[in-house]
Amino acid sequence: MTRYTWRKAVNAVMLTSTGLCALVAVSVLFFILGYLLWYGWRSLSWSFFTQLPKPVGETGGGMANAIVGSGKLLGLAAVIGIPVGFMGGIYLAEFGGSTFPFLVRYTADLLNGVPSIVMGIFAFTVVVLPMGHFSALAGSLALGVMLMPIVLRTTEDFLRAVPDSMREGGLALGAAKWRVVATVVVPAAFRGIATGMLLAMARVAGETAPLLFTSFGNRFWSRGLSEPTASLPVMIYTYAIAPYDDWHRQAWVAGLVLLSLVLVINVASRKILARSQ
Amino acid sequence: MGNVINSAVASRPPKRTDEEKNVPDTLPKSKAVAEPKVTVSNLNFYYGPKQALYSVNVTIPQNKVTALIGPSGCGKSTFLRTLNRMHETVRGARLEGEIRLDGEDILTLDSTALRRRIGMVFQRPNPFPKSIFENVAYGARVNGWKGNQSLSELVESSLKRAACWDELKDSLHKSAYALSGGQQQRLCIARALAVDPEVLLLDEPCSALDPISTAKIEELLFALKSSCTIVIVTHNMQQAARVSDCTGFFLLGKLLEFNDTVKVFKTPAKRETEDYITGRFG
Repeated sequence: MTRYTWRKAVNAVMLTSTGLCALVAVSVLFFILGYLLWYGWRSLSWSFFTQLPKPVGETGGGMANAIVGSGKLLGLAAVIGIPVGFMGGIYLAEFGGSTFPFLVRYTADLLNGVPSIVMGIFAFTVVVLPMGHFSALAGSLALGVMLMPIVLRTTEDFLRAVPDSMREGGLALGAAKWRVVATVVVPAAFRGIATGMLLAMARVAGETAPLLFTSFGNRFWSRGLSEPTASLPVMIYTYAIAPYDDWHRQAWVAGLVLLSLVLVINVASRKILARSQ
Repeated sequence: MGNVINSAVASRPPKRTDEEKNVPDTLPKSKAVAEPKVTVSNLNFYYGPKQALYSVNVTIPQNKVTALIGPSGCGKSTFLRTLNRMHETVRGARLEGEIRLDGEDILTLDSTALRRRIGMVFQRPNPFPKSIFENVAYGARVNGWKGNQSLSELVESSLKRAACWDELKDSLHKSAYALSGGQQQRLCIARALAVDPEVLLLDEPCSALDPISTAKIEELLFALKSSCTIVIVTHNMQQAARVSDCTGFFLLGKLLEFNDTVKVFKTPAKRETEDYITGRFG
């Protein structure tokens, strides 16, 4: 075999193997999506969105309370996590010195890597134990704490991408620093920051572990924020491990709904970002 | 060589407004009678341990155009940025010496109040991602606009002063990003003028523009100097000769020569100045 044919052969092998690996990686998403559609679509019905779960033994019913519960948990998590992450990100990008921001950035990255169940333990300790019962508040705290570092880092990154000439332009007109940040820099980066917030929400929307022993679950409507609250991921978990066929079918539907929700947020936020560039 | 410079000095932009014609001849002969606007004494400037300016002494005359020339990295932009304390945005920058604006030490003034009085236009046009109207109104808004004019009158008069009202009046609510580079730069000048500064600093304002836009901005400087003092940093020798009354030559952080533009270009006192303006080194 000549050197030339050998090289061509190695090239072909490498190209094929890397290409196959890439194909496997992306096909996982389509496999999951197809599987969910196959099993979920057949059982999808209006009652899933409008009815409460039926008592054990009866077929039918829906997960209206879990859909509302997930919305409630996410909304409150956003209220807890987004302002802190957003303002902290502004501080890091615009006002910080060098040592403190380094520490904060490092800590945020570590926090980002903390297993989500540990966040659940944290919320369990600071909210559930003192209150004596599970609540939407505890679940939201766990999710909110997960949102914080993601929003903080994306806010910082997008603010840093705003050219300094923009800041100088504002300062040279006699505007105070905070004013320039609030009226020029943040608006210039806002689409990016909003995208980051949406993606962070999409990420925590599917979290199950931190909710297992914080918001727990509920087969009925929960009032306010201090009662145990149903959520889609925990419902999927409970229904999937139950011994009833009807529950399995509903778990597929819930999975399909949750995945569609996350995909829609993802695609929408990327569209928003693409339009700004 | 003498001819080139003579013609550069003589070739002022052709169009001059009537108002400008009535102003007493402002050729640099009369420098002695010009009032000092900014007085810099013994200015040393450091970026961390690195010294960027060495004991600069200069008096910038009121209602004149002062050009600062010199090779890249010689400190002319640094010097310009000390005048409205923009150097404070750079970490580790340190200033020694004294800069007085109408006799007041600028370091004792509040930096935002100072920058209101000394406006700045940058090398690259830097409009905000807002409408044309909002760009011009920005300075007024942040300074708590309380003038007799309405905000839209202020925007109109500022755009007129920057000679771009006719071009832009129909698109005031379009994004400033839709404009050409030259229009953006004139918009930035209008934005600076809306605050009604006493001094306008321009840091190579034409370096990113084509010759036609450059000519428009040079024309503008003539019209403006009756109402404010102008300091312009430029790499373009012809531009300095055309637009300025006084010229300062910086080299390696030192202000080597400062005099009437005609004198600097025709009979430079220093060998280095002559070498630079005739293009013998760089």
